[in-house]
Amino acid sequence: MGEPVNPGYTEHHAKWHRRRIPIFWWLGNAAYTKFIVRELTSLAVGYAALVLVFQVWSLERGPESYAHFVSWLQLRPVVTLHVVVLGALVYHSVTWLNLAPRALVLRLAGRRLPGAVVLLLHYGAWLVASAAVLWLLLAA
Amino acid sequence: MFSGGGMLSAFFLPATVLVMWIAAPLGWVELTVYDSFAALAHHFVVRLGLFGFVSLAFFHWAHRFRYTLYDGLQLYHLTDLIAVLTYGSAAILSLAAGVILLIL
Repeated sequence: MGEPVNPGYTEHHAKWHRRRIPIFWWLGNAAYTKFIVRELTSLAVGYAALVLVFQVWSLERGPESYAHFVSWLQLRPVVTLHVVVLGALVYHSVTWLNLAPRALVLRLAGRRLPGAVVLLLHYGAWLVASAAVLWLLLAA
Repeated sequence: MFSGGGMLSAFFLPATVLVMWIAAPLGWVELTVYDSFAALAHHFVVRLGLFGFVSLAFFHWAHRFRYTLYDGLQLYHLTDLIAVLTYGSAAILSLAAGVILLIL
């Protein structure tokens, strides 16, 4: 081949021409903000798991240590924090379950089950799980 | 793991937090007596289940938070660091939970 056919040709570098996206791009639009908030509910999930482990650990160490934990739970700022955490967890649950019809395609006798059925099944499961937790913690 | 953690936490966490960390401390409900509670938490199956659940929850957080940092804060250039920090802490937390729940 030898000589290049078109010496003026430069390779196409699409990435070099991308506009820099501002760091708070998601604050400009309600839909984007809701998305980021939804993803940040994962912090509430991680936090709850952490404190759960801590609760079992304090239970393990005996009645005084557990009483200490319980009195920590009763502090005003802690209760307030946990109300916020609960809000985040409920938002996580609702948004997660609302995606179930898209994620789970069920077929019965060759026909696709409507999304509403999948959704109802998931919310039903949520209800059952919550009832089980209530029973375990309050009645057992 | 991300989706398992997400599903389980979606089903079980709200009621748990509502009862144990809001209703009970505020005196709205009376939790099961300490002794039966401790006995419940002592049961190996419960602890194993709890260990599985919290590990999944930690990895759910790690995975989701990693991508939130990328997309939300446009931190693509820190990709390796963020992956190590998120998944690493999830692994360490799961390990610690394992020790606390299964060994101690």
